[in-house]
Amino acid sequence: MANKILVYIDHFAGQVVPASWEAVGVGTSLAEELGGDVVAVVLGHEVEEFAQNAIQFGAGGVLVGDAPELKDYRPEPFASVLSQLAAEAEVLLFPTTSRTRELAGMVAVDLETGVIPDVVAFEIKDGSVLATRPIYAGKLLTKVVCSEKRPQILTLRGRAFPKPEPDPGRSGEITPIEMELGEITTEVTGYSESKVGVSLTDAAIIVSGGRGVSNNPQLSPPAEITDESEQEIWRAQQGFALVGELAQVLGAAMGASRAAVDAGYIPYEHQVGQTGKVVSPDLYIACGISGAIQHLAGMRTSKTIVAINRDSEAPIFKLARFGIVGDLFDLLPPLTQAFKDRLGS
Amino acid sequence: MNIVVCVKQTPDTAAIVTVEDGVVSWGDAPVVLNPWDEYAVEEALRIKEAHGGEITAISLGPEDAKEALKQALAMGCDQAILISDPVFAGADTLVVSKILAASIDKIEGTDLVIFGRASVDSDTGVTGPQVARRLGWPALSLVAAISSLDPEGKTIAVERMLDEGRQLVSSPLPAVVSVVKEINEPRYPSFMGIRKASRAEIPLWTAAELGLDEISDPAVMWPDIMAPPKIETEVEMIEGETPEEIAARLVDRLMEEKVI
Repeated sequence: MANKILVYIDHFAGQVVPASWEAVGVGTSLAEELGGDVVAVVLGHEVEEFAQNAIQFGAGGVLVGDAPELKDYRPEPFASVLSQLAAEAEVLLFPTTSRTRELAGMVAVDLETGVIPDVVAFEIKDGSVLATRPIYAGKLLTKVVCSEKRPQILTLRGRAFPKPEPDPGRSGEITPIEMELGEITTEVTGYSESKVGVSLTDAAIIVSGGRGVSNNPQLSPPAEITDESEQEIWRAQQGFALVGELAQVLGAAMGASRAAVDAGYIPYEHQVGQTGKVVSPDLYIACGISGAIQHLAGMRTSKTIVAINRDSEAPIFKLARFGIVGDLFDLLPPLTQAFKDRLGS
Repeated sequence: MNIVVCVKQTPDTAAIVTVEDGVVSWGDAPVVLNPWDEYAVEEALRIKEAHGGEITAISLGPEDAKEALKQALAMGCDQAILISDPVFAGADTLVVSKILAASIDKIEGTDLVIFGRASVDSDTGVTGPQVARRLGWPALSLVAAISSLDPEGKTIAVERMLDEGRQLVSSPLPAVVSVVKEINEPRYPSFMGIRKASRAEIPLWTAAELGLDEISDPAVMWPDIMAPPKIETEVEMIEGETPEEIAARLVDRLMEEKVI
C-alpha cells in the first residue's frame, strides 16, 4: 500500500498560515523519496476554498472536515479528528504555529507515537525522516528520528523550507470526511484585537529595536511627565516610532530585544530571542541592540543582518553583514526616506 | 484550589552552550528554574493567594536535579516532589507526559496543572498539552491571562496568546494550562523562602511508586547533537559624511546584493 503523507493546513480568521504551503512542499519531497501520496487536511467551517489552494500548492488530494463546531479552533476536537485520519499514515506534517505544537503533541499521545516539533531540515535515513531541530534556542542543533512508531509527526518551522509555486491548473480530489468530534467541554467566547501587525515568524523583513531606542538625550519629554522611568518610556516610544516607520516602509514586522521588553518599552509579543520568538527573515535590521547571547540565539539564522549601534564593539556586529556605527535617531529617518525613494512607495 | 506546577531545571539562558561528542555542556553557568516555569509558579501563587489551596511543584529529572524545585519552594510553593528513576533516562515527550500524568494522578484532588510554555533547553512546547491529553482534561496553552476562576463552580476562563491575537476560552476544571511571559511578573524568593527551601525534604518518586512497572521505549531518539554551522560573515562597515549619505549607501549595498 502506498505511504500516506498527511499535511495539516493551519488557518486563522479566514487566512491560511503561509507555512502550511511550505509543509505541502515538504510533503511533496518526502513523497518523492518515500513514495506515496500527499494528502492535505483542512478542518474548520466553510473552508472549502483552502482545499482548492492546497491542490494548487501540490497536494494530491484534500480531506475536508467541515462542521460548525470547528469554526473556532480548539485543540480537543481538532486533535480527535486528526488522530482518526492519521492512524494509518506514514507521516503527519504541520507548519509550526501557536496552534499546531499542541495539536501535534496531542495526536502523538492518541496514536502513541513520536512528535518532532519545529523542524528546520530533514533527510531520509533507513526509511525514516531524520529531522534537524534547534535546541537551546538555536545555540545547538539536534537530529531526531522516529524510527519505529508511525505516523512520524513533525511540525516544520516557517520559512525554513521553500514555498512551492502554486499551479492553478492542477487538479485533485477533495473529499469531505465523516468525523467523530468527541465531547467538547471548552467554549471560545471571543477574540481580542491585540494584533501585532506583520507576524514576526512569517516576516521576510524584521526591524528590531533594543535598549538604545530610549537613548536620545536631545529629546525632552513633555513637562507633565515628571517620573524618571516614565520619561525613559516616553523617550523609548519616540525611538520605536522611528523603528516602526522604517518597518512600515519595508512591509516589515517590528521586533525588540528582551532588554527593551523588560524595560516596558514595547509589548512582549515583539520580543525576539531565546525567551521570545525565534525568527529567520531574509533581512534583519537591529537598531540599538547590543546583541546579548539570548537575542542572537533568536535571530542568528536571518539571511542578512544589518546592525546599527553607537558602540563599535557591540557583539551584534560579529553576526552582521552590514554595520553602521552611529546613532539610530540620526540614521533611521534618512534610512526610511532612502528606502521610500528607492522602493517607490 | 489544589494546583500542581510542573517545572524543569535548565541552564541559565545567558550560558554559552557547547557540545562535544554528543555531550552538551554549559561551562560553569548555573542551572536554574526554567525561565518559563517562573511564570507558572508565580501564577499558582497568585491563585492560591486569591482562593487558598495547596501548591505542589513536581519535576522530572536525575536525582541531583533539585535546583528548580528548591527555587519553586523558595518562591512559596507548599511542597515539591522529584520524579526520578534511572529507567526514565532518554524519555521523550511521549514518555515524559505519561510519567507526569501518573504523578498528577497519584497526587489526587488536583484542580489545575500549570506548565511554562516550553523549556528553554529542548524547547518542544508539547509536554503540557500531552499531559492534558493523557489526563483527559482540557489543554489551555499559551495563556497570557486568567480572566476568571471559580473554584466552587469548577470553571476557568483564560486568554490564549495565538500568533494572530488573543483567543478567549472558558473551560471546566480540572484543566492543564501553559503560561506565557505576559501573564505576570514573577516574584523574587524571599530570604525566609530561601531558608525554608534549603531545609526542605524533597521526596523522590520512582517508577515503582507511580505504578509504572513498564516504561515504554521513547518513540523518538536523538542520534546526534551538533553546533550550528558557523556563520561566515565579514561585517562591512558603512560609513559616510552625513547620515543621509550613510543611509543611501546602505540601501545601495542591500540592492546590489539583492537583499531588497
